[in-house]
Amino acid sequence: MNEIALLEWVRGTGFQIATVVLVAGVIIRIFEILMLGRKKNLAEAKGSEFSSGMRTIVSRSVPESDSFKRSAFTIVAGYIFHIGLFVTIFLFAPHILLISELTGLGWPALPTPIVDAVAVLSIIALLAILVHRFNNKILRYLTTPGDLFIWFVTIAPLITGYIAFHRIGMSGPMLLAVHILSVELLMVVLPFSKLTHVFTIFMARWYNGAISGYRGVQS
Amino acid sequence: MDQTDSVIHFNIQASDQLTWNVEPLLHEVKHALERLATEDETSVIDLRSIPLAPGEEDRILEILGLGEVVARLNVLGSSDVVETEYSGVWVVTHYNENEETIGRFIEVTRMPEILRSQAEDVAEASERLALRLEDEQQEKQTSNKLAVEK
Amino acid sequence: MASHSDKEKTLGDVLRSHGVSRRSFMKYCATTASMMAMSPAMIPMIAEALENAKKPSVIWLSFQECTGCTESLTRAGASTVENLIFDSISLDYHHTLQAASGHRAEEAKEEAMHENHGKYLLVVDGSIPMDNPGYSTIAGISNYDMLMEAAEGAAAIIAVGTCATYGGLPKASPNPTGAVSVSDLIKDKPIINVPGCPPIPVVITGVLTHFLTFGALPELDDLGRPKAFYGQSIHDRCYRRPFYDKGLFAETFDDEGAKAGWCLYKLGCRGPTTYNACATTKWNNGTSFPIESGHPCLGCSEPEFWDGGGFYKALSIPTADVGETVLYTAAGAAAAGVALGALNRATKGSANKAHEKVTLEDLEK
Repeated sequence: MNEIALLEWVRGTGFQIATVVLVAGVIIRIFEILMLGRKKNLAEAKGSEFSSGMRTIVSRSVPESDSFKRSAFTIVAGYIFHIGLFVTIFLFAPHILLISELTGLGWPALPTPIVDAVAVLSIIALLAILVHRFNNKILRYLTTPGDLFIWFVTIAPLITGYIAFHRIGMSGPMLLAVHILSVELLMVVLPFSKLTHVFTIFMARWYNGAISGYRGVQS
Repeated sequence: MDQTDSVIHFNIQASDQLTWNVEPLLHEVKHALERLATEDETSVIDLRSIPLAPGEEDRILEILGLGEVVARLNVLGSSDVVETEYSGVWVVTHYNENEETIGRFIEVTRMPEILRSQAEDVAEASERLALRLEDEQQEKQTSNKLAVEK
Repeated sequence: MASHSDKEKTLGDVLRSHGVSRRSFMKYCATTASMMAMSPAMIPMIAEALENAKKPSVIWLSFQECTGCTESLTRAGASTVENLIFDSISLDYHHTLQAASGHRAEEAKEEAMHENHGKYLLVVDGSIPMDNPGYSTIAGISNYDMLMEAAEGAAAIIAVGTCATYGGLPKASPNPTGAVSVSDLIKDKPIINVPGCPPIPVVITGVLTHFLTFGALPELDDLGRPKAFYGQSIHDRCYRRPFYDKGLFAETFDDEGAKAGWCLYKLGCRGPTTYNACATTKWNNGTSFPIESGHPCLGCSEPEFWDGGGFYKALSIPTADVGETVLYTAAGAAAAGVALGALNRATKGSANKAHEKVTLEDLEK
C-alpha cells in the first residue's frame, strides 16, 4: 500500500470504523452505568440533590489547598495537558473544519502559532508526568503496562500532529496519515479504558455532590 | 465582528512581509559578492529554483538596479546580460524565440562566461574567415582572368 | 523520421551541423540545468554530457487518455531550447503528432522497434483497459498487446501523465474499463513515472533530457517519480505557506482573505500531500501555477486524486460519510446499552437472591 492509499484509508474507512467504535462504546458504557440504578433511599432528604451536585462539579475541579501543596506538580502538569488537549483538539482551524463538516457546528479558531505553542506545552507536561511517575517510588509501584499504553495513546496524537504541522521526518501524506491514525487509535481505545472519564467525569462528580446534598452535608 | 477586524489588521502586516524570500536571496548575493572580491570565486543563482511570490522577482531586480553594461545576445532567441548597480552582480535572462522568459540567473562574476567569445566559435570563425578570403581571392582571380581574356 | 546516419551522431554534432554556436549551446545547457532543477554548478557537466550524447529513438504510445499530456508536451515545444531537444531525439512513433498514418505509421513503429531493439525509450500516456480489450484499440491491436510488445525491447519506459502512472481518471471508481497503470503490468523494465494531469511540459522534456544527457534514469522516489521534480511538496514550496503557518485562510473564493492571497487550505488545497514542481517551475513558461491563480491544488500528481474526497473539502475532513452511520450506531448502541444494563441488573438480582446470610451459629462451628 502506498502512502496516499494509506492516507485515503485513514480518512475514509479507518475514520468510519473509529467513529462507530467511539460512539457505540461511549453510549453502551453510559447506558450500562445509568441502568445500574440506585437503591431507594429510605431516609428523608435533608437538602437538594441537584444544586449540590452542580456545585460539586465546580468545587471538585478546583484543587484543595492541602492537596495542592502535597502534589502541586501532578495538578499543574495535569491541568496543562488537559487544557492543552482541549485547545489543540477544539480550537485548531483544520479540526474545527472537521467538526463542523460532521456536526454542522463551527466556532472561531485560535491563531495557529498559539495552538502550536499550547501543543508543545502539553507534550512537555505529558513527558514530565511520565518522568515523575517513574521517579516516584509509589507511583512506579502502582504503574501497570495499561497505564503506559493510555499515556502513549494520549501523547501520540499531540506529537504526530506537531510533526505533521511542522512537516518533520516523513512525507506529507505519511505525516497526515500517521496523525489521523493515532487519533483513530485514541478514539477506539477511549470507551474501553480509563479515558472514558472524558464522558463520565462530570456525571460522577455530580453524583458525589448529589449524595451529600441528599444527606444535607457539605461535599 | 471584532475577530474579523483583528484578522484584517493581521493581513496588512502579512502583506508587508510577503516578500519573504527576497531578503535571504539578496543576502546570498551579498556573500557571493564578498567571495568574488576576496577570493575571486564566482557564483550562479538560478532564480527559477526559488519559490517567489508574484512581484518578488521584479522586486529583486528593482533593488539590484541597472548598472553600466547592457548586452543583448542573439542566441537561440535572445538573451539579456545586464550588469546591475553593483559591479560584479549580473543578471542573465534567456528568452526563447517568442520572447518568453525561459531562464533567469544572477551571476556574481567579473564577466559572465556567455559574453566572452568562445574558443570553439573563435576557431570556427577564423576558419570561416580564411575560407571567405580565399573565395574573395578566387573570385578576383577569375574576374581578372576574364578581363585578361577579353 | 530521422535518417540512419543521424543516429550515429552525437548531440554536439547535430547542434554544430545546425549552425548552433557555442554560446547558444551554453544557453541551452544553462536553461536545461534550470529545467531539470539542477544546481547551476552542474552546468559544465551537463554541457560535456550533452556534447557526447547519442541520439536516442523514442516510441510514444497513447492508450486511454485525453491527449492533454501531448498538448502539454507540445507547449514545451514552443520554446526553442526544447525544440532542440526534440530535434536531437528521434520520435519514431507518436500517432497523434506524426505525419504518417495507418499502415505507414505502424510500419515506422515496427522498424524503429526492430532497429533499436533494447535501446529505444518507450513513452506511454493513458491507462490500459483490462476488462475488455475492445475498449481501446489502435489499428485493431489492443492496448495491452501493443504495450507488452513495445515494452519488450525498450531500454526504459517513461509513463507520462496520471493515467499511465496510476490509472488516472479511467480508473476512478467504479473503474468501468478495468483500467490499470503501466507499472501494474510491467515489472521487469525500469519505469519512470511522470504523473500530473497533465504533467508540467518542461518536466516531461526534463526527464527525456536527463535520459539523453546521462543515458541513465534519474533518481526516483517511492512512487517511481524523478526526485528532481517531485522531491518537494507543493505546500513546502508554496509562496502562500507563511499564511498557513499563521492560520490565515481564505474561507470562500471571493472573501477578503482570498483577495489578500491567503492560504487555500480550507478551500480544499491538496498542497500538503502533493509532490510536484508547480510551485517553482510553474506553468506557461513560468507565468504562474494554480495556487497563484487563486485555486487550490487538486493533487493531480498523486495516485487516486480523483477519489480522494471532494476537491473543495479541506484535507482534515474525512472522506467517509460518517453522519448516517453515527445515527444508526448510536441507536443500536443505546439499545445494546439498555440490554446490557438489564442483564447486569438481572445478574445483580440473582446474586442478591443467592446470597446466604452468615449467622452466629455458622461462625461458632
